[in-house]
Amino acid sequence: MDIRKDIQKRKRLDALFAVLGLLALMVGVLTFCALFAEMALNGMGRIDWSFFTSFPSRRAGEAGILSAWVGSTLVMLTTAFVAVPLGVAAGVYLEEYARRNWVTDLIEINITNLAGVPSIVYGLLALGLFVYQFGLGQSILSAGLTLALLILPVVIVATREAIRSIPQAIREGSYALGATKWQTVRHHILPYSSAGILTGIIIGMARAIGETAPIITIGALTFIAFLPPSPLQATPPFLSFEWLVSPFTVMPIQMFNWTSRPEAAFQVNAAAAGFVLVIMTLAMNGLAIWLRYRLRRNIKW
Amino acid sequence: MSAPDMQMITETLVAKAEVRNLDFYYGDYRALKGISMPVYEHQVTALIGPSGCGKSTFLRCFNRMHDLYPGNRYDGQIVLQPDNADLLARDVDPIEVRMRIGMVFQKPNPFPKSIFENVAYGLRVRGETSRRRIEEKVEQALQDAALFEEVKSRLQEPAYNLSGGQQQRLCIARALATDPELLLFDEPTSALDPIATASIEELIHDLKTRVTILIVTHNMQQAARVSDFTAYMYLGEMIEYGVTDELFIKPKKKQTEDYITGRFG
Repeated sequence: MDIRKDIQKRKRLDALFAVLGLLALMVGVLTFCALFAEMALNGMGRIDWSFFTSFPSRRAGEAGILSAWVGSTLVMLTTAFVAVPLGVAAGVYLEEYARRNWVTDLIEINITNLAGVPSIVYGLLALGLFVYQFGLGQSILSAGLTLALLILPVVIVATREAIRSIPQAIREGSYALGATKWQTVRHHILPYSSAGILTGIIIGMARAIGETAPIITIGALTFIAFLPPSPLQATPPFLSFEWLVSPFTVMPIQMFNWTSRPEAAFQVNAAAAGFVLVIMTLAMNGLAIWLRYRLRRNIKW
Repeated sequence: MSAPDMQMITETLVAKAEVRNLDFYYGDYRALKGISMPVYEHQVTALIGPSGCGKSTFLRCFNRMHDLYPGNRYDGQIVLQPDNADLLARDVDPIEVRMRIGMVFQKPNPFPKSIFENVAYGLRVRGETSRRRIEEKVEQALQDAALFEEVKSRLQEPAYNLSGGQQQRLCIARALATDPELLLFDEPTSALDPIATASIEELIHDLKTRVTILIVTHNMQQAARVSDFTAYMYLGEMIEYGVTDELFIKPKKKQTEDYITGRFG
């Protein structure tokens, strides 16, 4: 009888923690749900086809997010093109090539710290370096490079963690067959870690798409009624990179711009744009989960 | 065993490799102490000894596995015949050594790729691109590893669908596909059940007509069953080396006798 009492006493603590844990979880989840629901309720009515195909306007009812979502897409594209190769290469180097000594330790600590630097600091750095020093101006290229710097630590850390989860036995198996380091990285390390790396990249991108401060710092326009030149051209060489140096705006700045207007109609626009932005972020995270599932299906140790 | 017996048995044999006064250091720790012994061609040589005696460390010197990690140092020579090449020489690239000497690990470690790609990997590393030659080699290696009949209809399936024993035979096929001169086994059956163990042992026995074999085992019965020569190691030293039957029936050293009779270890 005593044993049963004792078990029950201990199990009560078990149940207590389960309840506390659930409450802790709900604080976060419910807060987000409430914010999201309010934004959706306010903004939903404003979302139609013309909202996506119109430039901003002085009249709230005619204003749209065309320049903002095109800008966001192009900036994200630039960010990915820069951050992915640099981040993955750096991660692979640190895990597979670098010797363990105080220099690598120092680099490691720095990378971890960089992930915690406030984004406005990246904005200031970019303003000095990219915009003025390199003369890239207040362009999509400057913004893409700035956000690439911002998410570089995320990509590096994700790459390293994905690589670290590969058992040493796999590496030894490859080396024992006479493979070089690069062959081992190319044929084993990269394919087997690609799921983790991709997840890291997308989470980094999802963070970058919502960044406002550094983009404002380098001087993105808040009101822009034209699109950057198209990357595809009708005449040879068909590809154009002029869009890289074009002025731009992005989704969060468009939102910010609208929320600072006194008219209530613009607040509705802001809510609608916020809703679209959250959906974009959720879609990216969903893609990350799906890709991870797809890529991990065939990999077991 | 008396000297004339050993002489009689080894007279007709050719040494595939000769270990000469080998020391090995993990940093400052001296893990192997002055080991010398021959490895005869087309024979199975077993390394036995209690855990931590350095037998795996010794085995991993043969394909320079220790070069993958910092702070390791070899002293002495492992001379591979017929070209009299010192595998441990500074100017010898470990990759070259590993292209001549295959290895099978303790736990089956197939790559998360198809059965076919696992066996073909060594060939791909060497830049072989002819689809026909790769297919021939893969089939031959799977035959030699006594696995072909079981997997011939599902070569494109992931290797992880195979059972543990099949995975280990796949790893053997993977090592055989590139025609190694010497094949190293690091306790190849320690993760397998008795039936799979028996099939691997049989395979090792059959393979010696093709390749010279050096096997580490913690299982003395296994050493007695599969090997022609046995070396007993203790605390990084080679205590006794000899013909397997002799070493197990009348060991020369008291230490060896204590170990194989189970009084120690």
